[in-house]
Amino acid sequence: MAIATTQARKREAFGSRNVFILSAIGSAVGLGNIWRFPYVAYEGGGGAFLIPYLCALLTAGIPLLFLDYAIGHRFRGSPPLAFRRMHRAAEPLGWWQVLICIVIAVYYAVIIAWAAMYTWFSARLTWGAGNEEGFFFADFLQMGDVAKGGLSVTFVPQVGLPLVAVWVVVIVIMALGVRRGVGRANLVLMPLLTVMFVILVVQSLFLPGAMDGLNAFFAPNWEALANPGVWASAYGHIFFSLSVAFGIMVTYSSYLRRKTDLSGSGLVVAFANSGFEILAGIGVFAALGFMAQVQGTEVAGVASAGIGLAFVAFPTIVSQAAGGTIIGVLFFGALVFAGLTSMISILEVIVAALQDKLGWSRVRTTLTVTIPLAIVSIALFSTTTALAVLDTTDAFVNAFGIMAVAFVAVVVVAWLLQKLPALQAHLNERSSFRIGTVWKVLIAGLAPIVLGYLFVSELIAKLSEPYGDYPMWFLSIFGWGMVISLVVLSLLLSLLPWSGRSRAKDDPEYDEFLTNEHYDPDPETDTVRTPAGSTTGERS
Amino acid sequence: MTTTAIVMMIIAMITVWGGLVAAVINLARHPEVAEAEPEPPVEL
Repeated sequence: MAIATTQARKREAFGSRNVFILSAIGSAVGLGNIWRFPYVAYEGGGGAFLIPYLCALLTAGIPLLFLDYAIGHRFRGSPPLAFRRMHRAAEPLGWWQVLICIVIAVYYAVIIAWAAMYTWFSARLTWGAGNEEGFFFADFLQMGDVAKGGLSVTFVPQVGLPLVAVWVVVIVIMALGVRRGVGRANLVLMPLLTVMFVILVVQSLFLPGAMDGLNAFFAPNWEALANPGVWASAYGHIFFSLSVAFGIMVTYSSYLRRKTDLSGSGLVVAFANSGFEILAGIGVFAALGFMAQVQGTEVAGVASAGIGLAFVAFPTIVSQAAGGTIIGVLFFGALVFAGLTSMISILEVIVAALQDKLGWSRVRTTLTVTIPLAIVSIALFSTTTALAVLDTTDAFVNAFGIMAVAFVAVVVVAWLLQKLPALQAHLNERSSFRIGTVWKVLIAGLAPIVLGYLFVSELIAKLSEPYGDYPMWFLSIFGWGMVISLVVLSLLLSLLPWSGRSRAKDDPEYDEFLTNEHYDPDPETDTVRTPAGSTTGERS
Repeated sequence: MTTTAIVMMIIAMITVWGGLVAAVINLARHPEVAEAEPEPPVEL
C-alpha cells in the first residue's frame, strides 16, 4: 500500500533544461515587458535609463533569481514545502507567495481575455476609427462606477465569454502536467511569440515617424540619473519583470534534475527577458512615433503605459497605419501569448503547492484548484466594475504582496536562518557561472535596503491619498483588506498539519537526493518512511 | 534620430542582446549532464 502510493507519486519534471529555460522565460516575459517597460524607460531618462536598469538587473534581479533557483532546487518543492524544509517556522512565507499567486491569477486571466478579443477586433477594426477610447471603456467594458453603484453583478458577455475560454485553455494545460502541459505550451508559444514580436517591431519601424519615436525613447536625459525615484523605478521594474520572489521560480526550479546548471540557465533567462524588453521598447515607441506624427503632436503627448497603451493607443495606431490590421493582430496576439505563458507559471505555483500538501494526482489537484479560481475570476471580472477591481488588486498585491514577501523572505533567509552560504554552495556545486561573496552581500545587504525603500515609499503613497480615488469601503476590501488577509491566511494555512501522504512526510525522491548530495537527512520525511518501504509508522 | 540617441540605442543593444548571446554561448559550452537519474515519469 505504502509502496504503491509512493511509486505513483514521483515528482514531476521538465523534459529538459531547455524546456525549463523556455518556460522560465515564458514566465518572466509577460504583459509588463510589452506595456510597462517602454514607458518606464522613457520616463526614467530614455537612453540614460539603461544605466540604472542594468545596475538593477545585475545587482538585484539576477541575484534574486539565483536565490529563487537555489531555494527551489535545494529543497525540491513548491514554496510552502521548500520553505518548510528550510525551516519549519518559514512555511508561512511559502503560503504567502501561493496566496499572492492566487490573487494575480484571478485578475491576470481577464487581461488575456481582453487581448484575445482585441486580436479579433483588430482584424475587423470593430472600434471604428476615432472612437478607440470610447469603444474600450463604454462599449467593450461597459464600465460602471463603483463609487455610485457598488460592485456590479451585470454580466458583460463580450468579456465574460472569452474569459471562460481563457480559463478552459489554461485548465487543460495545467491538467496535462509539467512536462506535457506547461513544458509543451511554452515550447510552442515562446518561439511563436518571438517570431510574431520581431515581425511586429520590423513593421513598426517602417511606419512614418517611427524614427522620431525611437529618438524619444533612446535620447538620454542624464539629469534623470540624479533622481533617486528613477533608480527606485528601475529596481522596482526589474523586480516585477523577472517574476522573482513570489514562488514561480522556486516552483519551476524544483522540477529540474539534480545536476542542472542553475546560474548558467538563470543568466539566459534574465538576459532573454531584458532582450525582449528592449525589443518591445523599440516596437512600441516606433508605433508611438507614428501616432504622434499623424496627430501632429510630440511623442511625449502620446506616450503611455499599461491598459491605456494597449487598449487605447494601439487601436488608434491600428486604425491609422497602412497595414494596421496586421500590426494589431500581431500586437494583441503577442499580448495573449505572453500573458498565457505567465498565467501558466502563476497557476503552477498554486497547483504544485496543493499537490505537495495533499499528495493528490495532477488532474485531481488541478481541477480542485483551478475551477474555483475560474469561478471567482469570472464573477469579479466579467462585470462592469472589472477594471476598478483589477486596478486596485493589482496595485496593492504588487506593493504589499510581492514587494513585502520579497523583503521578508530575504531578511529571513539571509539574516535569521543564515542560509546563504549553503545556498551559494548548492548553486556552485552544479553551475557554470560561479557566484561568490558579492552575491551574498547583494542578497543580504542591498536587496533588503532596496525592497524596504520601495515598500515604504509605496506605503506612504497609498496612505497619503485614497488610491485611484476609489471609495474607502472599496479600497478596504480589495486593497488593504486583501493584502492583510493574505498574511493572516498564510499563517493559518501553516497551522494545518501535513498528512502522511503529503510530500513533507513522504518523499523518497527527496531522501535519495539528500543522500546523493551528502546533505543531512530531512527530519520529517526520514522519520515517517522507514527503510525498505515498510508501512510501519507510515500514517503516524 | 540624434547621434546621442543612436549611440545609446547601440549600447543598449550590445549590452542586453550581447549579454543574451554570451549567456547562451556559456550554457552551450556546458551541456546538460547525462546522469544516472532515470527519465522523469510521464504524468497522468
